[in-house]
Amino acid sequence: MEKVITAHQLTKKFGQFIATNAITFDVKAGEIFGFLGANGAGKTTAMRMLCGLSKPSSGEAKIAGYDIYTQTESIKQHIGYMSQKFSLYEDLTVTENIRFFGGIYGLSQQQIKEKSDALIQRLELSSVAHTLLSSLPLGWKQKLAFSVAILHEPKIVFLDEPTGGVDPVTRRQFWDLIYEAAAKGITIFVTTHYMDEAEYCDRISIMVDGKMEALGTPLELKQQFKAVTMDEVFYILARGAKRIE
Amino acid sequence: MSAVVLDHIQKWYGKEKTIALKEVSLEVEEGELFGLIGPDGAGKSSIFRILTTLILPDGGKASVLGKDVVDAYKFIRESVGYMPGRFSLYQDLTVEENLHFFATVFGTTIEENYDLIKDIYVFLEPFKHRPAGKLSGGMKQKLALCCALIHQPKVLFLDEPTTGVDPVSRKEFWDMLKRLKSKNITVLVSTPYMDEAGMCDRVALIHQGKILAIDSPEGISKAYPFDLYEVKSDKISVTLNQLRKHISVKSCYSFGDVLHVSFEKGFTAINEVLDAITIDHLEVKKIEAGVEDSFMAYMTN
Amino acid sequence: MKRLLSFVKKEFKHVMRDRKTLLILFGMPVVQILIFGFALSNEIKESGIVVLDNSHSETSRKFIEKVSSGHYFEVENLIDDNAELENSFKEGKVKLALVIPNHFEERVLAGEPSNLQVVVDASDPNTATVLTNYIAAISRDFQMQMSQLPVTPQLIQPEVRMLYNPQLKGAPNFVPGVMALVLMLICVMMTAVSIVREKETGTMEILLVSPFHPFMVIMAKAIPYMFISLLNVTTILLLSVWVLDLPINGSILLLYAESSLFIAASLAIGIFISIKTSSQQVAMLISLMGMMLPTILFSGFMFPIENMPLPLQVISNIIPAKWFYIIVKSIMIKGLGFSYIWKETLILFGMTLFFFLISLKNFKIRLS
Repeated sequence: MEKVITAHQLTKKFGQFIATNAITFDVKAGEIFGFLGANGAGKTTAMRMLCGLSKPSSGEAKIAGYDIYTQTESIKQHIGYMSQKFSLYEDLTVTENIRFFGGIYGLSQQQIKEKSDALIQRLELSSVAHTLLSSLPLGWKQKLAFSVAILHEPKIVFLDEPTGGVDPVTRRQFWDLIYEAAAKGITIFVTTHYMDEAEYCDRISIMVDGKMEALGTPLELKQQFKAVTMDEVFYILARGAKRIE
Repeated sequence: MSAVVLDHIQKWYGKEKTIALKEVSLEVEEGELFGLIGPDGAGKSSIFRILTTLILPDGGKASVLGKDVVDAYKFIRESVGYMPGRFSLYQDLTVEENLHFFATVFGTTIEENYDLIKDIYVFLEPFKHRPAGKLSGGMKQKLALCCALIHQPKVLFLDEPTTGVDPVSRKEFWDMLKRLKSKNITVLVSTPYMDEAGMCDRVALIHQGKILAIDSPEGISKAYPFDLYEVKSDKISVTLNQLRKHISVKSCYSFGDVLHVSFEKGFTAINEVLDAITIDHLEVKKIEAGVEDSFMAYMTN
Repeated sequence: MKRLLSFVKKEFKHVMRDRKTLLILFGMPVVQILIFGFALSNEIKESGIVVLDNSHSETSRKFIEKVSSGHYFEVENLIDDNAELENSFKEGKVKLALVIPNHFEERVLAGEPSNLQVVVDASDPNTATVLTNYIAAISRDFQMQMSQLPVTPQLIQPEVRMLYNPQLKGAPNFVPGVMALVLMLICVMMTAVSIVREKETGTMEILLVSPFHPFMVIMAKAIPYMFISLLNVTTILLLSVWVLDLPINGSILLLYAESSLFIAASLAIGIFISIKTSSQQVAMLISLMGMMLPTILFSGFMFPIENMPLPLQVISNIIPAKWFYIIVKSIMIKGLGFSYIWKETLILFGMTLFFFLISLKNFKIRLS
């Protein structure tokens, strides 16, 4: 199986503070990889390094085959990114957003047209295709944002708490989209605070105080920590956390 | 007397009159821990802002501690504590300075009310000289709660205090709220996390500006209109898709590593349904519905 | 009262912890005074000129010597023909050229009129006018020296005396201007931005839901900036006395009292802007475009108001800085007392009251 993310002893220090402490892991193509951890455990820092937005202090990592020290531009070409905070432009319509982001990733007019039609149909958005994004419910926006993030068929898509505050039905529809994308071979790298969503991942890692304290399938982790639910696994690990920053 | 009353409250926004709240009515008893459960954009914040006198309702009446939110806004502002959805403290002031400042604004001192915040403040004490902006999400939340409590309010409004906070900090936070209950403070709290409903005395499920149901968490579960089964499978997504296509299945949703499948009440032919699934080794058992099951049932009806 | 005090303390902490803003607050007056004092001076000092001397006489040489002896002009070059004269201007080396005619000596000694040609670069008309006036004065002086006879006795000889600023220095003009500009900027922008910031971060929401009257929040914001602004007045005055050698001729007490009034007016405007806006950028933009530009244009310290078309003169009346500029000039430079500036003071007071009242009226006790 092709590995799309390989990280070896990846570390980021801010002065004396070690935000991410020598994490080592691989993610396979088409895998749904859950990246969990308490607030301040170093998730965001690690994710920024993997997206080529911040240089590591030491260690190595390759994203889609590109080095995160020297080939950050190529990395950005081959990844998609979506976060709870910034996703799309609120003051543009649904179609305008799709066209804009399609253009950014260098799709041709023809491609954009085809993809945007298919996307609007898949998400059942045809009735609001020309509505400003700001007047859509959050769940719809998040589904659209995800679809736009994978419009250019990236190797990997990074999702930072994509379902925060979304209603339970839409949340599950969102995960349907994730499964569809994964089936097409897109690797999913996702963070979440919903522990039931951790179960939907192929493999999960749990960060505690900057270190990767657990890594495996949900079943493996539950067995390893003798827990019934992922919730319990998380408590057992996070309760040992020293760092409250 | 009810501590909080909303009577057919309406609210709309902007030129297009987008509906935020549709005839919302609910009552919160004195000393109750009451939860508003619903996703973002359901109208939870609008309810809080109306009750804290920050915005005016466009229809209906609302009162806090028996006083009208429009006429008696001065009285209400003195008697309630409010923690807005966004972290709203001074990031450049230290923990101690923030607390001290809010105490003085409410005409009191930290010492006078230390009893009330003691349990929470012990977590913060080690960081009291750190600027609030440099605290973790969980710590910020605790500080905001302290600031909202510092003047001994009779009613506490907490708008999504646990959003974006990790599960461990969330649990700690709810433990604190339970302790406040024993001090006879009425607490109205909102959350998008369905699993937190169980911590409240009573909850209102709210979606798209409408109240779906008001009851105790147990009551909400009992009112679930279908028979619910939990299905365990090695191939979750295949099982899910096949179950959804089956005519007798009302709904099928994934819940972590299992599926929740619902049927009409009194449905007995469950084994026939399962036989139609091509996946082997299914584990099935009948279960009680949770708040999330109920919420989805209300939503899709 | 204790609440207000606690609020004011909090504001000071905000200001003191924000190093960058602090630097701007206290650096701005110093930088402005120094820029206006040394770099942007419109005084004439050693302007480069060229001379085409067709007379080649003892008198013409004496005349050239006299022109260059003062500190106004410096003779760059003695040239031989008109082409060279033209080139000097094209190269931009000189602002002015003197062409001394053939029979200069004879005519001057005889007390007859002589045509001294003055060619001047008029692309900057103000400087051009000043330069020609200086040359005219110097040549008149020279003629009186050279001829024993009273020259053209039938003409009225104006005797010019420069009041208040005999050396024609720029400082008396711009120090009051910089004071108006700096106070306006700091008070309007800082108050507006710091109030709007509370709206943006959501702290205003908490403060509204408190028994502390929200308008007091806004008043509490104004106090630290009043204090900081008075410090800035002191800085500017010290700089102008010690660095620019500009004495304060009038009452210092009166100057501070009037400054306080102007600061209050600016704070009231800042408060009004903060009530009407909801983002820091908009507040900043309005303060800059709406306040700084009109202050520079219409206060009279850069462009004389008397020379403006009537409609603009009328507009200038609503600019608080214009009145403050007049007041500061009167006290600092002319050394006048309150009886000369009571009208301007009254206008400023009226403006302050006006903005304060409409702020109070427009203040919302709820979120919009």
